[in-house]
Amino acid sequence: MEIKAAQQLKGLMKQHFMELDEASRTKNKKIAWCSSVGPAELAMSLGFLVYYPENHAAMLGSTRTAMDYIPVANANGYSPEICSYLTSDIGAYLRHETPLTKAYGIKEVPRPDVLLYNTNQCRDVGDWARFYGREFNVPVLGINTPHTQNEAREHVVKSVSQQLRDIVPDLEKVAGRRFDIDEFRAVLARSRECSVLWDKVLDTGSHQPTPLTFFDECIHMGPAVVMRGRQEANDYYKALLAEMQERVAQGVAAVPGERFRFYWEGMPIWGKLRNMSELFARLKAPVVVSTYCNSWIFPAFDPANPFDSMAEAYCSIFIGQDDAWKENYIAEKVKRFAIDGILFHDARTCASNSNNRYGMSKRLSDKLGIPHLVINGDLNDLRCFSEEQTVTNIEAFVEQIEESHRENIRRH
Amino acid sequence: MKIYAGIDIGSCTTKSVVIDEQGNLLGSDVRRSGIDYKTVAKESLETALAGKSLEGVPVVSTGYGRHNVSFAIQAKTEIACHAKGAYFYVPRAVNVVDIGGQDNKVIRLDAEGRTIDFKMNRKCAAGTGTFIEEIAIKTAIPLDKLDELARKSQNKVKIGSYCTVFASTEILSLICSGVKAEDLSKGVFDSVVARVLEMIPLADTILLCGGVVAWFPIVAEIFREQVKGEVIVPPHPQLTGALGAALFARETTF
Repeated sequence: MEIKAAQQLKGLMKQHFMELDEASRTKNKKIAWCSSVGPAELAMSLGFLVYYPENHAAMLGSTRTAMDYIPVANANGYSPEICSYLTSDIGAYLRHETPLTKAYGIKEVPRPDVLLYNTNQCRDVGDWARFYGREFNVPVLGINTPHTQNEAREHVVKSVSQQLRDIVPDLEKVAGRRFDIDEFRAVLARSRECSVLWDKVLDTGSHQPTPLTFFDECIHMGPAVVMRGRQEANDYYKALLAEMQERVAQGVAAVPGERFRFYWEGMPIWGKLRNMSELFARLKAPVVVSTYCNSWIFPAFDPANPFDSMAEAYCSIFIGQDDAWKENYIAEKVKRFAIDGILFHDARTCASNSNNRYGMSKRLSDKLGIPHLVINGDLNDLRCFSEEQTVTNIEAFVEQIEESHRENIRRH
Repeated sequence: MKIYAGIDIGSCTTKSVVIDEQGNLLGSDVRRSGIDYKTVAKESLETALAGKSLEGVPVVSTGYGRHNVSFAIQAKTEIACHAKGAYFYVPRAVNVVDIGGQDNKVIRLDAEGRTIDFKMNRKCAAGTGTFIEEIAIKTAIPLDKLDELARKSQNKVKIGSYCTVFASTEILSLICSGVKAEDLSKGVFDSVVARVLEMIPLADTILLCGGVVAWFPIVAEIFREQVKGEVIVPPHPQLTGALGAALFARETTF
């Protein structure tokens, strides 16, 4: 069933890219390229329009054009084993092509004036930014955040807060204007509101039947990624939330006849989003919650204390935490969303988002008493994905859960 | 007499089984799957039926081509069907190991025959039937001589790669260093078993099924050397999935 707000979403994403294209062509505004959980709010407060290469890479994945470009980057020295967002995006750049042309009539990706990144996700975002820094000959400003920081958390947050302060003079130079802390507070306040609203949208998935699935969320998360900090994103999520609440009130199911409910841990398989969505719908077993879509929620943002709270928020993202923290996080969601099984997507080119690799999947199954399944695939590189094998695995997983439910019913 | 049929369209071979109400095997067929699953399904089943009419016979399909069998009342995964077929032979907690043409499966069943968990091998064909075929072609040793040859082996040869292409390269370097054909053949089978043992910890009772075990009995012997628990090979290891499908057909319509 079509989500009505999808039309509004299309308009919003178009606005985002058309503004960037205009700025690139006319130089009416400065453009910052930023990693998806990088210091975007800081750049916005200085008047930059923000473009996210990861979002562009996800478009390459979902349009299945990534496969044309990954080999180009591979041939230019970027290994097939590293982030396929990076390789597909760089490959597309080297071929002078972009899915923005087909979607919006935009000739090329907007030209950056500065590149920003935060290694809170992975090292690849830094390598990615530095590639474009060399290509466009523009400054690259990085925030370096270490991973698995539980024991050193206080020091790490303090360091990140200082690093955020330290990039301000360089950003001012590119922006050609002075930093205004009140403007920063205002952007952060809007970004926080976006987080709260998106969180509420995702939480409607805890209702049975769920009004939306992980695959819907992957599409509707766009504004939370690329327009957080702007009022338009908040207006959009208010509309989407109202629609989802209405679905809940009326008992409208995203997947009619919902029988089982899944957690998706790891990246989406962008080029197979529709196939996966249809498969789970056919099996009447929706994916109702994920780590991935919950990764753009930053409750720690505090306009009264913008630098420290931004540091706290961007150091608190799931991907940067240790396994004990992650397991507790997933366990809480499993309980709240009444999950029957956990799907771990082992993405070949994204070790940071493949949490099954150090035994977490088995530990969680043992601890929570629910089964798990590991799906081998990738975010963008479909050479690493066997659809037939995945479908068989998922169908067998549903059969396994069916069998255990039948037994539970028989026993009670 | 009511009869039931199961058809398992695997990546390499298609297996059909016909059973009666007690689960007795009345007929079976094994043939190459080829590229026309619909036709091969029909022809294989007709052979297994040995002149009996297909009309009114409940059929459940399984295997990669399970959704291509128009006359099946239901399609079940090969995981469910191998579990069902294996439990029919060994009705107790068991680890089912199916070594097929293109993939391996390990399924852990509890005492009631329910799947506790399962795992399929990753995308590479190392450790599968296709791997053995590939090596036979590369070394020009006839496939039906591999088992016999391996039994003459006196020296252990290790093939460690979990990529078929890399394993082939390893074999080429072994040939260059003068390793005997019998030791090489044994090394190939050892490597198949090693690939399975690294999928999941195997303990207690193991039931081996699939085409590789049917055609190369030495594989079961290597398993017996390497694992502590009892290793069982059912009477028709290659038919386990098809039998499971037939048992599902019986269950659905009984």
